[in-house]
Formats: sequence, C-alpha cells, structure tokens
Amino acid sequence: MSDITLVDLCIVACSEAFRGNGEIVATGVGPVPRVAAGLAKLTHTPELMMTDGEAYLVEQPVPLGPRKYDDRKPAGYLPFSRFFDSAVWSGRRHAMVTPTQLDRFGQINLSYMGGTYDKPKTQMLGVRGFPGNTIYHPNSFFFPAHGPRVFVPQVDMISGVGYNPAKRVAGGNFSGVNLRRIVTNLCVMDFGGPDNAIRVISLHPGVTFEEVQAATGFELCKAENVETTRLPTAEELAVIASLDPHNVRASVLKDNPPAVRAAA
Amino acid sequence: MSLDKRMTAAEIVAQLSDGMTIGIGGWGPRRKPMALVREIMRSDLKDLTVVAYGGADVGMLCAAGKVKKLVFAFVSLDAIPLEPWFRKSRESGALQVLELDEGMFQWGLKAAAFGLPFLPTRVGLGTDLAELGGLKTVQSPYDDGETLIAMPALKLDAALIHVNRSDWRGNVQVFGADVYYDEWFAKAAAKTYVSCEELVDRMEDHYPEGAQDNLFERCFVSGVVEMPCGAHPSSMPPHYGWDMKAFKAYADAARDPGDWSAVADRFVGASEAEYLESIGGKEAVAALSLPIF
Repeated sequence: MSDITLVDLCIVACSEAFRGNGEIVATGVGPVPRVAAGLAKLTHTPELMMTDGEAYLVEQPVPLGPRKYDDRKPAGYLPFSRFFDSAVWSGRRHAMVTPTQLDRFGQINLSYMGGTYDKPKTQMLGVRGFPGNTIYHPNSFFFPAHGPRVFVPQVDMISGVGYNPAKRVAGGNFSGVNLRRIVTNLCVMDFGGPDNAIRVISLHPGVTFEEVQAATGFELCKAENVETTRLPTAEELAVIASLDPHNVRASVLKDNPPAVRAAA
Repeated sequence: MSLDKRMTAAEIVAQLSDGMTIGIGGWGPRRKPMALVREIMRSDLKDLTVVAYGGADVGMLCAAGKVKKLVFAFVSLDAIPLEPWFRKSRESGALQVLELDEGMFQWGLKAAAFGLPFLPTRVGLGTDLAELGGLKTVQSPYDDGETLIAMPALKLDAALIHVNRSDWRGNVQVFGADVYYDEWFAKAAAKTYVSCEELVDRMEDHYPEGAQDNLFERCFVSGVVEMPCGAHPSSMPPHYGWDMKAFKAYADAARDPGDWSAVADRFVGASEAEYLESIGGKEAVAALSLPIF
C-alpha cells in the first residue's frame, strides 16, 4: 500500500469525473488530466472519444512522453479546424484543465493577474477557448497545489463562465454551463452546494476539512458524508503506468508524496 | 489581368502600409508565415493591427514596436507556454488589445468572409470578454428571444499564410495533420499573400492528385512567393517540425535586459538567405522532426 503515490490517487479521482460521460470528447490538458481521461476510457467508460493531442481521434489513448511519431493509430479525425463545430459548440466534450485561478463561483482565469486589461501586471496565456468551453460543455479542473492563490474570492479576469448571478446576462442561454469536479492534491470537490457552491465531497487520506478550508480563499461547503478518496486498484495502477511509461507524473506534485500520509 | 501572381517577399511587404489590419495564419508555433513576418520586421511598417492565433510572429512584431493593436485569444509557443516578448509588450502597456475566445475569433473571420457585420454566438456571455472588448449583444427576433453576443467581423486588409504548395496562379495545396483557420484568414482578407514550400508553374501538371488539398480557391490569392523553410522556427507538417531550440534561444533573449534591438539580428537577419544560413540551411530545417504530443 505504502508505495502508492498521491498523484496516482489524483489520477483515479480525475478519471471518475469522466465516468459514464458517453460518446463525447474527453480532453485532459496536462499530464494528470490526460492520463485520467485515458484511464477512464480504458476502464469504466470505453465509449469516450479522445484525440492524440494533435488532430486525430484515437481509440487507444496515446501515452505521455517520447515515442515514435507514428505510434498512434488514428481511428478518426478531429483537427482544430473543425473543433468548435464538432466538439465544443455541439456540447460533445468534457474538458479537464488547470486554470491559474478559480473563484467561489467556479469562474476561472488564465488571461492576466493584477493591473488592467490595457496594462496587466502579469500577462498569462490569454483566455484561449475557455469562454466557449464553459458556456457549451462540461468542465472539470485539476490543481496540483491547493492554495489561496489558486482558490481566490474573485478571479482577476473572468475567462470562463461560472455560477455568478451578477454575470448572468438577461435572455442569455446558460443551460450549457456545467462545472463538474475539482480535484486537487488535498481533496475532491463538486458544485453541489446551495446555488452551485463549491463543496468538498472527499478528502485524500489524512487530510482534514479544516486544512482544505485554510488553503482556500473562500468559504467551502461540506458534503453530508465526506468520504476518504479511494486508493487506486492494482488494475488502475497498471493502466496508469502504461499511459505514462516515463513517469512524467512523478514531477506533478511537490516531492511526489505517497497517497497515505505518514503518521505525524 | 495577369494570372502570374509571383512576387518577392519584399514586393509583398511593399503592398502593405502603416495602420493596416493584417491577419497571420497558423496557430501558436505551427504553420506560421515566418519568412513574410521577418520581411515585415526588415521593413519600416508600423502601427499595425495584428489578428492572429499568436506565436513568435506576434511576439517579435510586438517586440519591434510594429503592433498598435492585437486581436488574439492566446499567444504561446506550446512547450514554452508564455510567449515572453508578447508578455513584456503587454505588461508595458504598449499594446491595445481585443482579447477573444478561440472560437469567437474564427467566427469573426467567418463574418468578414461572408461580408456580414457580425455573427451571433453564446460565447463570451458570462465572462469579462464582452465588457472589456466592447462587444455588444443582439436579441434573436424569433420566439426564443435569446440574447447573444454579436461577434463583429474581423475584416483584414491583408492576410499572410504559409502553404505547402502553390502554382503561379495561386492554386494552393495545404496539407499536414491540421490546417487550422487559414482558409478563413484568406477569405476574411481584401488581399491574401501566400508563401509556399514549393512553387510550381501549373499545379495540374505536377500534383493533380492533391486537388482536394486546395484549401481556398485562387480568387482569394493576390500574391505568391516560394519560401522553402518559410515557417521556421514554427512547424510545417509534413515537411518539418518546430525548432524548439530556436524558440528557446528566442525566449531566453527576452530575459534581462531583454532589449529586442540588440538581439533582432539573430532572429530576423538582414535577408531570408542570411537567416536560413544562420540556422544551418535547408538541410537543418528538413531534419527537424515533427512534434509528438
């Protein structure tokens, strides 16, 4: 048991977000979400669709890291040039991403921090496809370092739609807004609190709710029965290893800690 | 009119003028018409509005002070997520911007291509984009009455695109795993100039089997120039991958003091021939393996 890592536990928790999603494109951006989407497809939800990270749809998830260019086996085609019509604006996608900030309404930011639109203090990537993703299809999030700089009361630039009533435009159709899960190095949360408030549904082994709350810049709800996030099974560990043969995931969480904390 | 649309890169850039809105094809570090961008860098052009899914094209044009306004959804070099020259330019407050979602962006190009003032979309609602970018809403005139963002047409004075093949008349062939939104840049622009890896006289005599790769028709092409390796350091599948070493050197040069004028020579060169030689020639570019994701 003791050799199970926390990152593998996180991957399994992330993969649960895709369970039963059906024939949609599962997009995991970054090593943990990507392996998680592949794990979901290879275990509980084989109907998921996914790309090779470039332009082709694959039925066998593509492993992380170096391999031969033609090792992928395309079964279909989903290039950027038709991504919005096929996957995003049709709602046939569930993306799991890591924005720079997320606030109490589930609004996210990856554009800039501090300063203004005309002169940002810290320019980041730009909103990319987040405004469209969040109004059209389900989204989940993974954060490797749960802390108050990530979970902020109010994001600096609203790059993705959340459940903020003040941002609801009269007559706008927000029926596609569907934020599902937030997985961090401490816990799993959903949007199941009152008015879609963020709620802790499971704590990783040895983590307390108070610890999570202290690392969060807004008040969290607590599910009625907060569970302990389950450990990966031997089968899941084998699939994870096959999808990450170079162990890229070992560098995702600081110090690559074990899933079960050593007793204090 | 002559159907021979061959021009030199300098002649293409001479068609552009200060204050124009220029669309640049490709996506981040992929399929960028970098040889034409470098030619702009060698010119006196200024006050441009640049419309691009940005990579080093945007970064270097910003660094050189040629951009008055940028229309973008991201600027990134992929493995180097944050484009450092773009970042410096933004943080200095030197740029006007219109920040858009990636999907709204292509929607705006399509509105321009179809000659429409705007196209409606849900995208942008519930975010800060509309307010910050001055985007207005429209109401559906039908029973649903839905409120939508009116994504304004992104009309381009000129578009620059790098393609795999073209003939003298502008019959292009664009292939590789993904062609991104190059078609819509071409159709959104009053004039589109293409650089190509290979130029032939009559496409039908050389690559008739590639006709389905004719991404946009020749009526959308105003000028053609052969520029082998013209996307370097961005990728141009299937000919060559991106040059991450070159991107890294370019990104590193943005660190203190990060003075563009001191390093511009390395990344632009006095001429394209000189640039190509400085990176090891065509052989070195051809040897760049395609990226693996």
